[in-house]
Amino acid sequence: MQNRILVSTRKGLFELAKGRNGWAVRDESFLGDNVTLALHDPRDGTDYAALNHGHFGIKLHRREKGKKKWVEIASPKYPPKPEGLDDKDGWGKPVNWSTQLIWALETGGPKQEGVLWAGTMPGGLFKSTDRGKTWELMESLWHHPDRNKWLGGGADIPGIHSICVDPRDPDTLRVAISCGGMWRSEDGGKTWAQSAHGMKFDNGPRSEVESPDAQDPHMMVQSPSHPEKFWVQHHAGIFKSVNDGKNWIEVKAKPSSFGFGVVVHPKDPNTVWFVPGIKDEKRIPVDGKLVVTRTRDGGKTFKSLTKGLPQKHAYDVIFRHALSIDETGDRLAMGSSTGNVWVSENGGDSWALVSSTLPQVYAVRFA
Amino acid sequence: MAKVHFTSNLRRHVDCSTVEVNAILVSEALAQAFARNERLQTYVLDDQGHLRKHMRILVDGVAIKDLQQFNDAVQPNSEIWVMQALSGG
Repeated sequence: MQNRILVSTRKGLFELAKGRNGWAVRDESFLGDNVTLALHDPRDGTDYAALNHGHFGIKLHRREKGKKKWVEIASPKYPPKPEGLDDKDGWGKPVNWSTQLIWALETGGPKQEGVLWAGTMPGGLFKSTDRGKTWELMESLWHHPDRNKWLGGGADIPGIHSICVDPRDPDTLRVAISCGGMWRSEDGGKTWAQSAHGMKFDNGPRSEVESPDAQDPHMMVQSPSHPEKFWVQHHAGIFKSVNDGKNWIEVKAKPSSFGFGVVVHPKDPNTVWFVPGIKDEKRIPVDGKLVVTRTRDGGKTFKSLTKGLPQKHAYDVIFRHALSIDETGDRLAMGSSTGNVWVSENGGDSWALVSSTLPQVYAVRFA
Repeated sequence: MAKVHFTSNLRRHVDCSTVEVNAILVSEALAQAFARNERLQTYVLDDQGHLRKHMRILVDGVAIKDLQQFNDAVQPNSEIWVMQALSGG
């Protein structure tokens, strides 16, 4: 059991711990600052926190195992943009070669000590081999000509929000991009191929609706126990893959297939959780009732889980990194746009409110 | 010697005490200030070495015009201020 939860919020990083009376806020860091994501590295016990200082830029901090103090480390940095380069995104706007958000932060393989991956806006993937002391841009993906088709979804600019390091081979990587589809590398990031075939939007010109490069996966997860299976919460619905993310199949859920977060059971690829909203143009729970949807049969059927969640005038949005599952698969946590945090100890059957007064929650992660 | 002052809002993030510099351009003044603290540069300039959005640099009370190369002139006794707007909710 993982008995610690890192909650990244608009106004600081909060650490939840389980005590005799249940879960509670135990500690806080960076109070007042915008913490967009945190990562616990189980290989050495280190915690990482990504901050967005707005005018002062994007920063990364590291806290050694058992220590209280955070130390600023290097942030992913883009190389000089070649003079005269006509580099525009899918909207036709010039690309600013500067890190504007660390939107994904993951550890490398279990035996790749010190290896970290960071996905960023405006779309660069970075690798560190020294625990964040230095970062290297994956130039092969950044210089891929199809990058100029990527565009901002909800944000102004494209970004990598999901990085799946394959448990069978850490040199097999998959990243999901809003909006730019899903990209796969089987050689540690040297070469990349688009792999969002089958994902689709629900309206628009056919050339765009089914174009892999135009797809807007909101979040992608890989089954730890059956790594050939993937789940994506997409802008236009839910998709799954049973063949290493090479093709995607649409899955329908009620009360809605729209949402941001998705988690998969660590031991069962067919048990998956989502938190639905009405639709892309109405990003609030259906009928003001916050529910978690769970399938136990690979998406054939879904159950709405409501026990312990507000069922009246609830307008919480669970952002893409704000739904999390621990290594047992029994314990889930989620945090909302209105500062609520819930924990479930029974696979989502019931939820306990841990706090209703935190700042806007961007990310929740077990540690 | 000219002086480079930094907004007080930066102080809780990084050491940015006032620096005396010998410079005829803002670029030289900044380079000397950043040489004392590498991290300071990342708070003021973006990855391309350009002034971050919503940051301002004033020389003797006048906002500089060149926000990428910093080729604005500095006088021997100039007061250079690196400032920012604050925003957020």
